[in-house]
Amino acid sequence: MTQTLTQAPILDAKGVAKRFGAVTALHDASLTLHKGQIVALMGANGAGKSTFVKILTGALRPDAGQVRLQGRDFTATSPATARRAGLVPVYQEPSLIPDLDVADNLRLGNTDPVKFRHWVNELGITDLRLDATIGRLPLATLRILDLARALAAEPDVLLLDEMTAALPTDLVARVLQVVRRQANEGRSVIYISHRFTEIAAICDRATVLRDGATVGDLQIEPGIEDRIVDLMLGGQIAPAATTTIRATTGPTRVQIRNLKAGTRLTDVSFDLRQGEVLGVIALEGQGQDELFDVLAGNRRAASGSLTVNGTEQTFTHPAQAIAAGLTLVPGDRAHALLMTRSVRENIALPLIARFRNWGAIQMHSEATRVTAAIDRLQIDTRAMGEVRRLSGGNQQKVTIARWIAKGVETLLLFDPTRGIDIRTKRQIYALVRDLADQGAAVLFYTSELAEIRLACDRAVVIFNGRVVDIIDAADADEPTLMRAAYGLKASA
Amino acid sequence: MIRFLTQNSWTLGLASLLILLLITTKLIQPDFGVSGLDSLARAALPYALATLGMAVVVIAGGIDLSLAAMMAVTSVTAATLMQGTTDGGAALVVLAVLALGATLGAINGTLIVTTRVPDIVVTLAMLYVWQGTALLILNAPGGSAAPWLRALIVGGVTLPYIPPALTEWLPKGVVFLLLTLAIIWLPIRRSKLGLMFYAIGSDPLAAFRSGIAVGPTKIAAYATAGLFAALGGLAVTMSTGIGEPIPGPYLLTSVAAVVLGGVTLGGGRGGLIGPILAVFILRLVRMDLTLLNVDPNITTIIEGAIMVVVVMFGAVFATRGRS
Repeated sequence: MTQTLTQAPILDAKGVAKRFGAVTALHDASLTLHKGQIVALMGANGAGKSTFVKILTGALRPDAGQVRLQGRDFTATSPATARRAGLVPVYQEPSLIPDLDVADNLRLGNTDPVKFRHWVNELGITDLRLDATIGRLPLATLRILDLARALAAEPDVLLLDEMTAALPTDLVARVLQVVRRQANEGRSVIYISHRFTEIAAICDRATVLRDGATVGDLQIEPGIEDRIVDLMLGGQIAPAATTTIRATTGPTRVQIRNLKAGTRLTDVSFDLRQGEVLGVIALEGQGQDELFDVLAGNRRAASGSLTVNGTEQTFTHPAQAIAAGLTLVPGDRAHALLMTRSVRENIALPLIARFRNWGAIQMHSEATRVTAAIDRLQIDTRAMGEVRRLSGGNQQKVTIARWIAKGVETLLLFDPTRGIDIRTKRQIYALVRDLADQGAAVLFYTSELAEIRLACDRAVVIFNGRVVDIIDAADADEPTLMRAAYGLKASA
Repeated sequence: MIRFLTQNSWTLGLASLLILLLITTKLIQPDFGVSGLDSLARAALPYALATLGMAVVVIAGGIDLSLAAMMAVTSVTAATLMQGTTDGGAALVVLAVLALGATLGAINGTLIVTTRVPDIVVTLAMLYVWQGTALLILNAPGGSAAPWLRALIVGGVTLPYIPPALTEWLPKGVVFLLLTLAIIWLPIRRSKLGLMFYAIGSDPLAAFRSGIAVGPTKIAAYATAGLFAALGGLAVTMSTGIGEPIPGPYLLTSVAAVVLGGVTLGGGRGGLIGPILAVFILRLVRMDLTLLNVDPNITTIIEGAIMVVVVMFGAVFATRGRS
């Protein structure tokens, strides 16, 4: 430790500022990274994290401030110059070319295929074909390939932005292991994640951003989570959503029996009752995607039955599912929103998307309902004009807000809190609870085990396309859920 | 092998369609033979070269509406400069005109990259600019072309020591086209530049993040298109012997052939062989309908219908293959 303190930092950013027109994204961001360290960069949505990352990696030029890499003044003018200087990022979105195969992507980035293959294996993917087209690979694999490509470049500084957000639990463990080992071997890592468990597991320090400025640089130690949350929220912490677990006595809204679809969903049965939030837990690719697709009318089941409010249904089009009161909020925000239209239009769209509403839009009623929904969710409206300019958390709120404005019977949420900050998460939990209290039935798939106790009444655990357990939220601590999700019998 | 077939299924489908059309032509016009093939190749040559240029830009995620106008500029420049020169002088003119084409294309690309005005707007504007330029150089069809240039693309191939009967059926126009592909496109496709064209067309943001210089790559794509446009302009001058200042109907045909040839208009997908086959298909369809005495107005309607139907069937096959 003393040794690292006497050494000059490998990366040192000071007083970085950036404005976009009238919006100040950053005004005083700083970050210090020593050799062999992993620093967590944290901040609520809109704190300026994305902008800071873009500046550090050369995708944006700062208006003011200084970035020093290996003691030399360095302001990257493009990702290519940043790479040459030894800083290699793995962005939140895959940066592989979808229409080219793996080998061509490696050639494009001058990646050594042997080293790449080594890291891909090391990260737990053994069946990769180099002639597979990128666009046809699943998202989790792409994230691993992105990381393997970055590691193959043997960078001095590795920047990982929400690297684990789309990964199943087993791959997360592999990634954390590999990253920690990299640091032990003398590389430095900037690690961005919303998951405290991961940060506690591998990071040395945490740098906290709030409202465009660095507000803290902390040593990671047990119990530091509360301090970090304090700093991120700036004292104005909403109390943790205290879920009162209620008996779920409402009538059955959706009944699923022996549902089978595609190759992965083999046999799933459960009831979703009115007034409850039913969690769904599964490792990546256990059939949960197919389950939600069938419920939302995006795909037809191969066999089994789906009964909504006592009537058996076979959806052939999402409109039928919506008509039956089943509403999907997809995991990928980009699939649900009109990115270049305004927040207002996006929220109002489900209200007007019915044939009998053709003709003049009732402006007044629309405006009231939309405003109510925006208030309800505390959506940051500085960038109302275009949804794509909102931060990820705010976009996610819009996808939910539109269904509140319309009124919803059964809400299907597919990992609604992926990659968003803790304050927004809590707002979403509270919102989901309110909807349930008003009589909605909510199916809530989450990739974060801890959310079951925070947001749900019960949890259905799916493994290998089958329901292996249904657990009350009160008993759903993470070890129990984890064991069930891996298909292991709960310890007696 | 199966992989090769599935990856090139579109191109192979187009090739069989072309062969089918050639047989049909022979059936409705028993006289159709070596000279018919030759005139088809010669008529299709400028279209094919325009299509190659368009295909490169579209693969790189852009579009160039000024291609036909650039062909006009290069055609009149070549014809004007070649008036009264020696054979050697004409060769220099050819090189100069090719350089001119690449420069015109690079100007298009640079304007798009630096002004950030959408490509469709910039190249539409440049269409007018190049049109006016062509008329300033030569205000009526005129000039001349060196006779050896004409000999390059007219008639069948004859090689020393090989009996003419073996090679004569192959039109020089087709050979010229294939040589062009081999000399210009093959090296690009095999190098990193070709990959970069596909990369910026497929996902410019991902390409930028992978460390690709997106702007310069885009300019290179437009310059390549300009080079093909210059070849197209030269082909016009070579086959007619004069410079043509009014752009021919090459623009829309090139877009049509690119789409029919399996290049996605969004960029990143497709090759150059498909579009060339598509050009010949479109020309043959037109020729056959003319031979059948179909009203020319109905001919264009049929051409449009063929495009929609073929692309639609292609999409159906593509989705089948995936599931």
